[in-house]
Amino acid sequence: MRLEVKKTYKLFIGGKFPRSESGRVYKVNNHKGEFLANVAKASRKDVRESVVVARSAQSGWAGATAYNRGQILYRIAEMLEGRREQFVAEIRELTGQSDKQANQEVDRAIDSWVWHAGWTDKIDAVAGNMNPVAGPFFNISTNQPTGVVAAFVPQESPLVGLVNTIAPAIVSGNSIIAISSETLPICAVTLAEVLETSDLPGGVVNILTGNATELGSWLASHLDVNAIDLEGTSNAAELEMLAAENLKRVIRKGSYSRTGATGSLQHILDLMETKTVWHPKGH
Amino acid sequence: MFDYSPAPESRDLVNFQASYGHFIGGKFTKPANGYSTINPATEEVLAEISRGTAKDVDSAVKSARSAYEKTWSKLDGATRGKYLYRIARIIQERSRELAVAETLNNGKPIKETRDADIPLVASWFFYYAGWADKLDYAGLGANPMAHGVVSQIVPWNFPLMMLAWKIAPALAAGNTVVLKPAETTPLTALLFAEICQQAELPDGVVNIVTGFGDTGAMMVGHPDVNKIAFTGSTDVGRIIAKQIAGTEKKATLELGGKAANIVFEDAALDQAVEGIVNGIFFNQGHVCCAGSRLLVQESIQHVVIKKLKARMENIRLGDPMDKNTDIGAINSKEQLTKIDRLVKQGVKEGGEAWAPSCVMPKNGFWYAPTIITGVSPANTVAREEIFGPVLSVMTFRTPAEAVAKANNSQYGLSAGVWTEKGSRILKMADQLNAGVVWANTFNQFDPASPFGGFKESGYGREGGRHGLLSYLKGSN
Amino acid sequence: MSSIDPEAVVGSRITNQSLSRWLHSLPGVDKVGLEARSASLATRSIKTTSKAWALDMAIQMMDLTTLEGSDTKERVRSLCLKAITPDPTDLTAPQPAAICVYGDMVKHAKEALGKNKIYVAAVATAFPSGRASLPVKIADTKDAVNAGADEIDMVIDRGAFLSGNYLEVYKQIIAVKAACERKDGSRAHLKVILETGELETYDNIRRASYLAMLAGPDFIKTSTGKVSVNATLPITLLMLQAVKDWFDQTKIQIGVKPAGGIRTAKDAIKYLVVVKETAGEMWLTPKYFRFGASSLLNDVLMQRQKLRTGHYSGPDYVSVD
Repeated sequence: MRLEVKKTYKLFIGGKFPRSESGRVYKVNNHKGEFLANVAKASRKDVRESVVVARSAQSGWAGATAYNRGQILYRIAEMLEGRREQFVAEIRELTGQSDKQANQEVDRAIDSWVWHAGWTDKIDAVAGNMNPVAGPFFNISTNQPTGVVAAFVPQESPLVGLVNTIAPAIVSGNSIIAISSETLPICAVTLAEVLETSDLPGGVVNILTGNATELGSWLASHLDVNAIDLEGTSNAAELEMLAAENLKRVIRKGSYSRTGATGSLQHILDLMETKTVWHPKGH
Repeated sequence: MFDYSPAPESRDLVNFQASYGHFIGGKFTKPANGYSTINPATEEVLAEISRGTAKDVDSAVKSARSAYEKTWSKLDGATRGKYLYRIARIIQERSRELAVAETLNNGKPIKETRDADIPLVASWFFYYAGWADKLDYAGLGANPMAHGVVSQIVPWNFPLMMLAWKIAPALAAGNTVVLKPAETTPLTALLFAEICQQAELPDGVVNIVTGFGDTGAMMVGHPDVNKIAFTGSTDVGRIIAKQIAGTEKKATLELGGKAANIVFEDAALDQAVEGIVNGIFFNQGHVCCAGSRLLVQESIQHVVIKKLKARMENIRLGDPMDKNTDIGAINSKEQLTKIDRLVKQGVKEGGEAWAPSCVMPKNGFWYAPTIITGVSPANTVAREEIFGPVLSVMTFRTPAEAVAKANNSQYGLSAGVWTEKGSRILKMADQLNAGVVWANTFNQFDPASPFGGFKESGYGREGGRHGLLSYLKGSN
Repeated sequence: MSSIDPEAVVGSRITNQSLSRWLHSLPGVDKVGLEARSASLATRSIKTTSKAWALDMAIQMMDLTTLEGSDTKERVRSLCLKAITPDPTDLTAPQPAAICVYGDMVKHAKEALGKNKIYVAAVATAFPSGRASLPVKIADTKDAVNAGADEIDMVIDRGAFLSGNYLEVYKQIIAVKAACERKDGSRAHLKVILETGELETYDNIRRASYLAMLAGPDFIKTSTGKVSVNATLPITLLMLQAVKDWFDQTKIQIGVKPAGGIRTAKDAIKYLVVVKETAGEMWLTPKYFRFGASSLLNDVLMQRQKLRTGHYSGPDYVSVD
């Protein structure tokens, strides 16, 4: 009988896989209650580091062409599809779902990436426009990414909720710090591996495993975070209060369904800013 | 001193079959009714191509209709999108092969097929793949419907790129297609058919029928076609518009042009000269939106012409397979004859023609990059589309005069404006009757950017959300 | 140097106002267009005979450089010996045009180079920042000239330029030019470093080029190599356009030297393509085009070795310097 080499589950920050600076881990059990893995338990210092890294990576990501971002997001879908067996196995181990159900979850996750990939170079075609002002002015409104997004992945979804939290943020050029589901963190780490092999620049997506309540206040109050997505939190109102300090853009819990094979354009736009430019016309 | 040694791309990258049939219902038909397609730089025969008969056209349309009813219209947008993504990826994988094939059959330099044509082909498919499941956002309300079967006819100047501009949005919107490449440049369309097979595209969604103008006319006239998309000359566009008058068939036409490239005295001069060169000599001037009329502000005409001539001395004309070639062969003897005739007419009418000295290869069809100065708006070369590397030069004094001269044409495809003054750019853009205005740049194409003309340059747009509309019901 | 009349070129007496008006009347530079032209030229494919010619010319155009605080007599001597015999495995390899060192290292370079036809260029004028009074910068220059420097690479006062004090920039160049003259009537050649990375915009670089050329140097040079953005292909293309236009206007031919960041033979060949297709073949000589480089030499030598032997070479087959 051949002995398996077991995987280590670490954080994903800046394109690398460090352990928590606190050295902490927490036990994750499978659906039968048996020990599955010791997963890194992120600390506030990991949060602090992630924000620095996310900020640093964001302007380069936003500065890439929309076409280039679309190519990368499509590649993520390719990588996900290529590793579906691993995700199916992990989902089944964690949740006890049937093979059919687990495959459906993976299908939706992949298809949602593809749906998002197609938006990068179309957002302004639908949500940007010239404005017919009453004067000899060229006037145009375009949408640009808000910057650094902090997000709490839905607690009850092993994979697709994670995808439908990360993709809407990065499609337009934001970078993100995502706190994974505490009980279902395994696929988040495997997804991080997928991201790392997809030409996604390091720091655009950072995934921290750990306790959302412990980490929440640090993210919600962080002055260098531009927007916060509260889907996976249990104390959303409190965090919204903290976020108000620097007027972060807030996506309240329950705003968008996270389980489908498609996302929502409005979700994408919630994490963008509209810029309007005027210029006179005249010889 | 520093003469560039030959730097040929490898011919072995592509293998053409000796003869090709049509691509109908997912399979190639037996070659029949053959004619030769050549390499215009050497006049060597590349392959035998089938001439499409009425039976071939009917078979293709039936196949497209069957695929539409039974397969394609039953698939959800996300799945259609995935097929298009597969096609885009395979194009990227086979990009060097496709670039070589296009250069051999069209005569344009490998530098251009490699760096301009083929990347745009791939990006066009990527872009429209992403629209397939987002048609609700096209601007026609929820669940817009496709037309059904579309006949598409593309020209010889950008064979595979024009194919991409036609097929990608058509399929994304849910239509099935019958496409005819130009008679002189069928090969990359036939390679594309192979790519459809590699992508496992359902049979009959894309059909390729080769042939001449008569085959195209049959495709336009077939009763079971819902829409026509044509890129080519205004003369043929006119014929098509007449042919479908009174029927239910919709059409988009992308026709000729005689664009004005307007250079103001405060232009960034060196970049403007580069823009003039790019505007008329890119692709040997075989571009519908070519900046074929230079309108230069009188106060700077001498310095601009001087710099332009000096710059033209650096244009390398020759073997299109050489990576350092800037200008390749003229696509056919017919086109070469036309260019020559029009330039001679221009000189006869009082213009002065100038070209740098170029060593022309022995075989093939070649024309040196040429400027004709002293042209006035009444001259033939100021009005008629030459479709070759020939620039007609005129002057103007004021912005109003530039606008008047630029708009004084039956065409209205594109225009160029060169000035460092932002408000002037925007005012010119308002006043120019052209579907595309390029300011401080020229010949920029992107799948996200709508392209198409005013007036006799045609109607309908390709690229962007607008490019999708013409393939959906509820829009003309 | 120059026999032009600056007042004739500018159109009036030289004052800060007239210089400002003159410089701001020059045509602008479109960044996107310039960079696109440069990128297009960079796709030229240079092979076989033309490549061999280009590699040899690249070496002959090099100002082999060491400008470190830690430079010593032995360090400079070692670099000079490398310049004299660049490739011990192939004695047909040409020599670079010059050695470029700090002023107080000139005497060591002169001694090491002996009778070899390799110039000694010295950086001067409080290189690299240029932040010192004019008397200090002149003294710096004179020290190098007296020590035997054949060429002086000076820096312009970027602070003065960026604050619109064009007259100050101009006067400093004129003063340094005068300090290059020797008692016997000969003079050291002058290269003027614009420090394009600090000027940032292409419009500024064009203006600084013209301001420098008005003062009559032998060369205009891109950078000190000591800041984060040094020579780039578009910047060099722009400066080549400037010297070409200057020649058309005044019949004076001024050279161009890109410095810093040119590390590979491939890059060097791109620059030669840009020279050929912009200013023209008149500039394809060490008299009018130089590379300010250090590690470039070894990469060019390895490429030469490959052309000669047919297989790829490695760092063990070229000497450290």
